[in-house]
Amino acid sequence: MHPAFSVIFLTTLIGAAQGLFLALFTAQSYAAFKLLPQPDAHAFYGQGSLIALVLLVAGLGASFFHLGHPERAWRSAAMWRTSWLSREVIVLPGFMGVVFLYGLAHWLNWHPVLMILPGELPVDPTAILGVAGTVLAFALFVCTGMIYACLKFLAEWHSPLTVINYILLGGASGFSLAAAFAAVTAPELVSFLSGWAVIITLLGWVGRAASLYRNARLKPKSTLQTAIGIKHPKIAQKAQGFMGGSFNTREFFHGQSVEMLRGVKWFFLIAVFPLPLVFLLSGMHGGAGLLAAAFTVQYAGLLAERWFFFAQANHPQNLYYRCIS
Amino acid sequence: MTQLALVIDLNVCVGCQACVTSCKEWNTSGSAGPMGDQDPYGADPTGTFFNRVQTFEVGEFPNTETVHFPKSCLHCEDPPCVPVCPTGASYKRKEDGIVLVNYDKCIGCKYCSWACPYGARELDEQQQVMKKCTLCVDRIYDMTMAADDRKPSCVKACPTSARLFGDIHDPESAVSIAIRESGGYALMPEWGTHPANHYLPRRKTRIKIHDDELERADNPLKVDRQLPRPAMNEPTLDDVTTW
Repeated sequence: MHPAFSVIFLTTLIGAAQGLFLALFTAQSYAAFKLLPQPDAHAFYGQGSLIALVLLVAGLGASFFHLGHPERAWRSAAMWRTSWLSREVIVLPGFMGVVFLYGLAHWLNWHPVLMILPGELPVDPTAILGVAGTVLAFALFVCTGMIYACLKFLAEWHSPLTVINYILLGGASGFSLAAAFAAVTAPELVSFLSGWAVIITLLGWVGRAASLYRNARLKPKSTLQTAIGIKHPKIAQKAQGFMGGSFNTREFFHGQSVEMLRGVKWFFLIAVFPLPLVFLLSGMHGGAGLLAAAFTVQYAGLLAERWFFFAQANHPQNLYYRCIS
Repeated sequence: MTQLALVIDLNVCVGCQACVTSCKEWNTSGSAGPMGDQDPYGADPTGTFFNRVQTFEVGEFPNTETVHFPKSCLHCEDPPCVPVCPTGASYKRKEDGIVLVNYDKCIGCKYCSWACPYGARELDEQQQVMKKCTLCVDRIYDMTMAADDRKPSCVKACPTSARLFGDIHDPESAVSIAIRESGGYALMPEWGTHPANHYLPRRKTRIKIHDDELERADNPLKVDRQLPRPAMNEPTLDDVTTW
């Protein structure tokens, strides 16, 4: 497939934002159970939510560049019964709204006790918004992943690993960002957040390696024989029906060399996993610069990862476009 | 339930591209808007087509066959492109099974084209909406046309009658009979899309000529050998020569 930068930025930006929100609420939950010191809510949760919201808006903005008719984008909420894309279109603004309210409640220090859970655990609006946001963050990961995983023709994507990796890679970049952000606003949380970032990055490494392993061993279900329905071992295309390009030759081919693909793969395998791990582990005890580097390198690597994700998918329609004439 | 479809006979398609040009001509002139071309006379021309004719060589020289292969939307009975559409612009008509795109609802997200294993959909660069074969839905129900003209434009254009059009759910229709009796098959059956369009395979046309059909055993002139016997590769006239 041809990697579109609009979709690459959409999926990586909102992934990081979802991860960041999950990191904020994880810290809040631990603090509520007195497992972590209570940080400055106004600065850490309020401004952290603002960063997540900025990333979400940027991702949403990028997605509009993918559309031929962005002014009709509102129509895309219609078919949520059948289309994962439609579901994403509904969940994304919902998640943005909850992140906004969550950040606003923290920003205004609005913590009225709504009820007391057993164990003297006060529940305020931020806790309820946090739970709602967590559910929506995971729902959004599932929607984004399923947009690709539900296409059975694209064998490289048609796997639960696609959804798992969207969750893990988004989570890893979000927790790295949260760790870097905490180094500035809530130093007491840095080791906790970077610890989780290390764990999720390691899990993401396993998940992505598993999908690379799987994809390298795929056997295409469709062949030229089934594509044109002629049972002969030797079939060669002599003409694709036109000399110039077409949508079919642009949208479904990445147009890069095998070396380029391999280069991008090794770049992201290094930039998404081992390098950020080194930075995270060395900055675990308060190195803001190191943690910022961890997130920056990991995000750059994720851009390459997403590019490779699209480029690696081999669409069966390409069987019909193997030779110009 | 009606399911309109094309049946394409690969045995008689000669790859003349008449269906391609007539399709483009009819559909670019229609009320749905033009099928835009970019840089049509330049170095890198491109444009929207609903129908393409491709050419494949089957076998190894000298035992090869050239197969011309017209490809357009197959109007699948279980179209994977329809459920993925976020706006409902892509839909399959209940009454005749034609898969259509509502160009006023399409947001141009290209997701349906990813979900089609056949590459039947093309994004129109000019209108920025997804387009595909409509089975000439604006022709086949046009009562101002003569009954014989109420067929897709490509079917009308085909000089070898390689394209048949009809209802594949009606067992007595010409297309159903062709599929049944001439080994009609669907493309990429492994995906379970159940394409409505079918293809008829190449067939060998063999004719067996026996020696006595060339050489008259009962030729009276041959009996008494009165006439000189010409060589087998010389022209013959029954009255003057004999085999």
